This record gives sequence, structure tokens and C-alpha cells, in this order.
Amino acid sequence: MPTEQETAPPAPAPGAPRTRINDLAIRIATANGTGSASANRLLMQSIFRMGIPVTGKNVFPSNIQGLPTWYEIRANGDGWTARSPDYDLVVAMNPATYRQDIAGIRSGGWVLYDDSRPLAPELRRDDVTFLGIPLARMGAEQFRGSRTLILMKNMGYVGAVAALLDIGREVVRAVLEEGLGAKKKELLEANYQAFDLGWDYAREHFDCPLPTRLRAMDANRDAILIDGNTAAALGCLYAGATVASWYPITPSTSLVQAFERYARRYRRDPDTGSLRAAVIQAEDELAAAGMAVGASWMGARAFSATSGPGISLMSEFIGLAYYTEIPLVLFDVQRTGPSTGMPTRTQQGDLLPIAYASHGDTRHIALFPADPAECFELAVAAFDLADRFQTPVFVVSDLDIGMNDWVVPRLEWDESYRPDRGKVLGAEELEGGAAFRRYADVDGDGVPWRTLPGTHPRGAFFTRGSGHDSDGRYTEDAGPYTEVVDRLDRKHRAAAGHLPGPVVGRTAGARLALVCVGGCNAACREARHLLAQEGIEIDYLRVRAFPFSEEVEAFLLEHDTVFVVEQNRDAQLRHLLVAETRVPKDRLVSIRHYGGVPLGAAQVTDDVRAHLGRLGAESRQRRTGGALSGTQAASAPREEGGRRP
Amino acid sequence: MTYIRKPRVRHPSLEANELGLTRRDYEGSMSTLCAGCGHDSVTAAVIEAFWKLSVPPHRVAKLSGIGCSAKTPTYFISQAHGFNAVHGRMPSIATGANAANRDLVYIGISGDGDSLSIGLGQLGHVIRRNVNMLYVLENNGVYGLTKGQFSASADEGAVAKSGEVNHERAIDPVLLALSLGATFVARGFSGDKAQLVPILEAGIRHRGLALVDVISPCVTFNDHEGSTKSYAYTREHEVEEVAVDFVPRRREITADYEAGTVRDVPMHDGSVVRFRKVPEDYDPTDRDAAYAYVRARQDAGEVATGLLHIDPGSRDLHEVMDTASTPLAGLPFGDLCPGSDALDEILADYR
Repeated sequence: MPTEQETAPPAPAPGAPRTRINDLAIRIATANGTGSASANRLLMQSIFRMGIPVTGKNVFPSNIQGLPTWYEIRANGDGWTARSPDYDLVVAMNPATYRQDIAGIRSGGWVLYDDSRPLAPELRRDDVTFLGIPLARMGAEQFRGSRTLILMKNMGYVGAVAALLDIGREVVRAVLEEGLGAKKKELLEANYQAFDLGWDYAREHFDCPLPTRLRAMDANRDAILIDGNTAAALGCLYAGATVASWYPITPSTSLVQAFERYARRYRRDPDTGSLRAAVIQAEDELAAAGMAVGASWMGARAFSATSGPGISLMSEFIGLAYYTEIPLVLFDVQRTGPSTGMPTRTQQGDLLPIAYASHGDTRHIALFPADPAECFELAVAAFDLADRFQTPVFVVSDLDIGMNDWVVPRLEWDESYRPDRGKVLGAEELEGGAAFRRYADVDGDGVPWRTLPGTHPRGAFFTRGSGHDSDGRYTEDAGPYTEVVDRLDRKHRAAAGHLPGPVVGRTAGARLALVCVGGCNAACREARHLLAQEGIEIDYLRVRAFPFSEEVEAFLLEHDTVFVVEQNRDAQLRHLLVAETRVPKDRLVSIRHYGGVPLGAAQVTDDVRAHLGRLGAESRQRRTGGALSGTQAASAPREEGGRRP
Repeated sequence: MTYIRKPRVRHPSLEANELGLTRRDYEGSMSTLCAGCGHDSVTAAVIEAFWKLSVPPHRVAKLSGIGCSAKTPTYFISQAHGFNAVHGRMPSIATGANAANRDLVYIGISGDGDSLSIGLGQLGHVIRRNVNMLYVLENNGVYGLTKGQFSASADEGAVAKSGEVNHERAIDPVLLALSLGATFVARGFSGDKAQLVPILEAGIRHRGLALVDVISPCVTFNDHEGSTKSYAYTREHEVEEVAVDFVPRRREITADYEAGTVRDVPMHDGSVVRFRKVPEDYDPTDRDAAYAYVRARQDAGEVATGLLHIDPGSRDLHEVMDTASTPLAGLPFGDLCPGSDALDEILADYR
């Protein structure tokens, strides 16, 4: 059963603490609007600079100032960087959440807190080491102004954490200096000073470094630390997008902002300085979609970025673009729904709505990046696919991918890339060619030719969302209408073979499989590794596009039990797999976690084990003639239990 | 509807414009609107204006939303690319299209339902962005295709064909546009082509959004006694006190007015809007004065028509955004892709 509980802390380790290198999870609890985000990023970036695989998850409220916010860092030398709620160290800087923060530490872990004011005795835990540091008091002695005090307190805990985890002082200073720049010397000095307050205090009063600590390695030589929205924006920039229309909405806002920032830097006319891009902040998502459609109609590569509520509003234009066969690239950075939902939490709740967005018979191409590197790659692919198939293409990421920093291989640009603009007739072809028929299947591949307005009088036609025939003429007749919508269906299905293929991992003889999409990748890969260690061999497939390719279908059919892992309540990926492939429904066992935080590996392994355990019990029961009970087990293949290791 | 084929007859005596094209070359397919529909007269005026300005037909983009008005782009300039968008959303399509290709001539045809109800938001914002286009609002106070419901421009007290009385305040697109800072605001009447054509010509040449509200009676659902958008009512209550001529760039300006009675307002492309009749103390370049004038006329039960306001300093979307003079859609890929060296430079910030 899907649950939203985090995994239970492991039993306390007996005896002296064991040294653990490059395998830790930290949670930093602060209040929103206190500037802690840059301090936290500094820590994360310093660990990255130490060459250690690391991720940072910002768990933040929909609020400007005051509400609790958390930042979670997981560093893992083996590269397992899915969210881990098994915190070794909690930096508790927000008294409002002391209780839950202290309760969340693993047994044998540490809590760093500000002991300028005493901690309530009932918050104490015997199995956790309390490290008190008088940050507020020390700060007040050294700094003036309340804002400075708050900011310097952040740097103070960075210093203490660096000392506790053995993050080099010089590493942090180097990152700080790069971030602030040499110009802001005074600010830099103040930051150094605050850092040293924490650093020195920790080294003087605590047993530094902790047995759970970091050590420099060399895993990040060819890696970058980047968020998915920035990477997607770079994809748009490199694919040659010129028009971006959008309406601000968390968590997609930073995508268009990044595009605009880079367009201002790299899209200037060298002579006049004017911009070779237009970024238009629309009045709503309806208009944002309309502008992108209008620009695409003119032949520009245009896009919009939004999240679930925006997709709802754009649905009208999505249907229009589908039916009029206008390329359209839309980024959906998913957040928690339904309705406004939890705007600053992650989810994969838009899979079904996007596959068939808009009224009438509509179906769309969707690409699912799993990390920022794929956001870049699939953004470029989306423009080519939209042009080639003359249809909306969605790039579907989520808040975790879009807004959090990930360590990914350095993005590469292939200089030989040329945009695939699909079938567009130019003036010469129109001048000499046969009469232009906008929606005729001239080549038998379901994709018609199009013309761009202004090219040639013979290329003119009327783009209309109303019923039209193969020449684009208005029709209310069944025959010509059906001819067009049937071709659209053929075109969509044919596209499946041209979309990014799934990522597959196999183990010889495995009868079980994990199937997931997008942001579940890191947790599922780690879960597969953990299960293999227990002797449970399990294959892996990550879907990267809809409609599904034959390879996806074949993989599903190959396995007895397929665990479909996703972050929504209604098993939307499973729905799509059942509806769009020949796989028997009862082979697909759903694993769902949708509480708004990124998926952890333990959530997957627990559910897999629980299912296999039930199967085992059920199988034993059946052998002894016992009755079946429980609906979950009833949907599972009967023979599975016997094969379980 | 295109199954009705229009006969194509070349008549040697038809007058040709600078491109050697006749009015026929600016026509579209046969109208399927009701006989006597005001919209067909507007279509005729549109054809006349584009012909007179010698705009190459295939360099025109004609757009509409949904409704009777939305059908009309099919009836003019068949060699222009057309876009029949969704209801009330033509402005966003036009905005995106114009952003991508600033070189085409844009005309959007809308109606009172399309622009003042479902599309009020998009109308407001296309005005605010000053997208370079002619925006014609064919205003008849009624929903025709759904058989006669009041629209948002129906006047308070107006009586529907069914006898129902409208109790809601009307939204006046002219006042709305003026209050939003539109740079070109006019009102015409479909029954007065002589007045409408120069307004449309000026609107096409205006750099920015030219809003032309045209009272265009619905003969089937809103042309009866009690209607305030009927031919009879409009003829009786219309006051054309602001009259203009449009003088294109290349034509010599010949004075046939008494000195002091005309006022020329130059346009970006060198053509001129010549106000030949303006009320005393009325400055059409003064937005507040235009607003006050229209309101005063309304209070007197009159419908003021003419080119009511023009802002000679209008800056369109592209000027404000400082976009390249070459249409974005036409830029070669080499001018758009920063290349791998730039990517290394960018990624240096992500280490």
C-alpha cells in the first residue's frame, strides 16, 4: 500500500560510533525569507567541489517570509543521491519546528542547534547527540543590524557544519568568493568572519570531525551542479527558440526567466544590440499558449512553460494546435495538485491530463526528463519533434527536477546539430509545385506539408479549429472530417518510433521489473541496487516518452510482475500503460508516493518487499488450502511467490 | 463556405492599384452571413482599404476568433493567410504571430461577444501591449450564431427581438480602449463606407494597435424597434464630427480645404492622417479630451463616430521590447545558437 510515512530509523548502533565516509544526509531547518537558501547552497556546492556526488532538496513553503523551510543534502560516494529522510545531522535553526526536526534524526545522529536560548528539556533524546552553539549571542557581539545578524547566523552554522563534517575551510571560502565576487570585499570579509565563528566554536567545543563525515574524492570532474529549469531554458536557447510566452507560476517561473537572462546575453544583434528573441509575460496561461501558437504559426520556434493549473487553462489552445497541426512546445514543471494543491511541493500528477489534454479526440507527444541533463537534451528534441510532427510536444518535469540543484554530467553541444523544421514548403516549391493541400497525406506518413504566412500567394490557406478537410476548407461532412482526424491518429502513433527511447537496465533471468518515469529515477535505481543486495533481482525501465514505443510494450510483456512507481494518487502512468499497451492489467503492481516530497529509495524497496511478502504468504496459504484475503494480493500473479528468493 | 464557388471574371475596365491588382484580388469567398448583415459592408470596406494601400495580399495575416464576425476573414483577401482561433483569443494569436514576424500586415476581426465578453481580458492586454495590428470590432450588441442573446455591448434598456429588456450596463470598446491607453481609437458605422475606409487605411498604417469599433447591425436578431444597434437607430443617433482622410506616403498632398480647417497628423511611414472635421476645442491626440468628448455625446444620447484618438508617439510591442528588425521567425539558426564555446562559458557558473 502506498503510504506517506518516512522510513523508520534503524535500530541504534551498539557500542562506539563507526566511522562512515561520504554517506550522509543532512537536514537544515530554518524560516523562509531569512537568506538561508544561499547558505545552504554554499554547503551543497562545497561538497560538490570536494568531488562527492551530492543532491540538495529544497522543501519550501508557498510563502515569502516566516514559514518553516528545510533544505536536505545527501552526499553519497557511490552516487546514490535520491532523497534520503534518514538524517544523520539536523541543523535546527527554527525553534518553531524543533520538535519535528529533532524527532526526524536517525538514532545515533546529531543535532546542531542555537543554544543562545536553552532547549526545552522535553525535546531531548537520549539516542541523539546535541551540539549547542550560541550563534545568536556570538553574532550579536560581532555584527550590527538585525538583517546582518540573521544572515551571519546562517554563515555561522555553515562554519560549524563544515567543521563537523570535515568540509575544507578553503573550499567553502573559494565558493563564497566566486559567488560574491572580488568587488564585494567587505561583505566577503563579514561572511568569512561569521563562518569562522561557527568553524572555530565547533572545533573548540565538539569532537570534530564527526565519525560520519566527508572526504574529498574525484567524482565530479566532468559534472555540473544545475537545476532542471535552467537546463531546459538552455535547451530552448540552443534549439533556436525565439518566442517565449508565459505566465508566472511556481515551479516553472525560473525556466522562462533563465531563457530571458541568457537571451539577453547571447541573442543580441552584434550591430544594433537589439534582441533576437521575444519574451512576453502574458496576462494568463490562455494567452501564453495562444501567443506560442501564433508565433509557431509564423514559423518561429516558440514555447511556454507552466505547471498543472496552467495546463488546465491552456487545454483549449492545446486542442487547437493539435487539430490545426501547429508545432507547440510546452514545459510542464509539475507540482502537487489537484487545483492549487501544494504549489511548492513536487508530484507527477499531470501525466494523464497531458496525454489527452483538451476536449474531443486529442492525444499528445510527451517527453519525460529525469534530471537537468535530460531537461536540456529533451528540450532540444521537443522542438524538433514538434516541427516534424506539427503538433504540441510537452516536456514534463517536476518541481524537484526543475528547481533543485542536481549533479549531472556537463552539458554537451553538438556543433553539427541543425534544427529539424519538418515539412515546410518554401516560395520556390510553391511557385513551381502542384496546388498546395495543407492537410493532405501526400507522403503517406501521416504528416502533411505546411507553409508559413507571407511566403507565397499559393501557400495561403485558412488555419481553423473548426471542421476541415484535407485542403483546410471548412467542412461539416463526415467523410472529409474523418479523413483528417484519422490521419492525425496515424501521425500520433507513428511518432512513437521517433521519440526518445526508454532507459532499460536488465539482470539475467529477472522476472520482476520496476517501471517509472521522470523524477522517480534516482530512487528506483537505488532501490534496484538495494533489492539486488538482498537477492531480489529486478529489471528496470524508465519511460521517456509518450506515446509508448514497442520497446516499452515488449519489456512489460517480458516480466511476470511489473512494479509501476510514480508520484500521484491515481496511478496515472499505470493507467496509460494499461490503456496504450497490450500488457495484462494485473501484471502491473502500483507503487505510489504523492505527499509532495521527492521519492526515496526505501519507499520503493519497502513496497516491493511488502508486496513480495504478501505474495509469499498467499502462496503458502494456497498450498495449505487457506483462503485468500486482501484485495491487493488478488491483483497479483499467483506464481510469483514461489519464485521469490 | 468554400463550396460556393465565386465566379472569377477579369474585367478589363477594373481599376488597378500600384501593384496592378484590382479590388477583385482582395476579395475572398462568398459570404454566408445573412443578407443585409452589417459585417458584409465592413468586409467591403476592408477590401477597399487594402486595395487602396496596395498591400500585397500574401503579406497580410488575417485573424479572428469565433462568432459571425470571425467568419468574415474568409470573405476578403483569399491570398492572405488566415487564422480562425478560439473564442475571444484572437488577440493572443495575433500577439505571438506579430512577435515572430513583424513584417506582415495584421488585421484582426472580432465581435462584441468575442472581444467584450469572453475575450475582454485579451482585448485589454493586446491594447496594453500595443501590438501593431488593425483590430476591427464588428459591434452589433447581440449573439447571432446562438440566436439572439444580449452581448456585453447591448445598451441598458435595449430590447431584444424576443421582447426581453437588457438591464445591464454596456461595455463601450471605445471608452475601454481610451482608458487603457490605446494609441488609435475609432468608431465607424457599417452603413457609412466613405467614413470607414480612410479610418481602416489609417489603422493599417498606424504603428501599434488600431482599434476600430464598427456599429454593424445584425439584421436577423437586432435590427428592430427598441434596439440601439439597429440601422435605423444608428443612422438617427450617429454624429460624425471627427472626420478624417488618409493620405498615403507617396501621394502628393493636395489642399482642397480651407486653410486652418484641417489638421495633419503624420504617421510612422510618412503617410498622413488628415482631420478635416473636428469639433471646436477638440484635440484628437489628447486622450482625455477624446474620452470626455465621447462621454458627453453618450450623455446626449448620441453615438460619436470618426477617428476619435490617435497618439502620434505610439511605440509598438517590438519597439518596447527592442527586438531585431529582421522577423524572428526568419533568423537563420546560426544567428540563434550560441555554440559550444558559449555553453562552456555558461556552465562555468554551474561548477
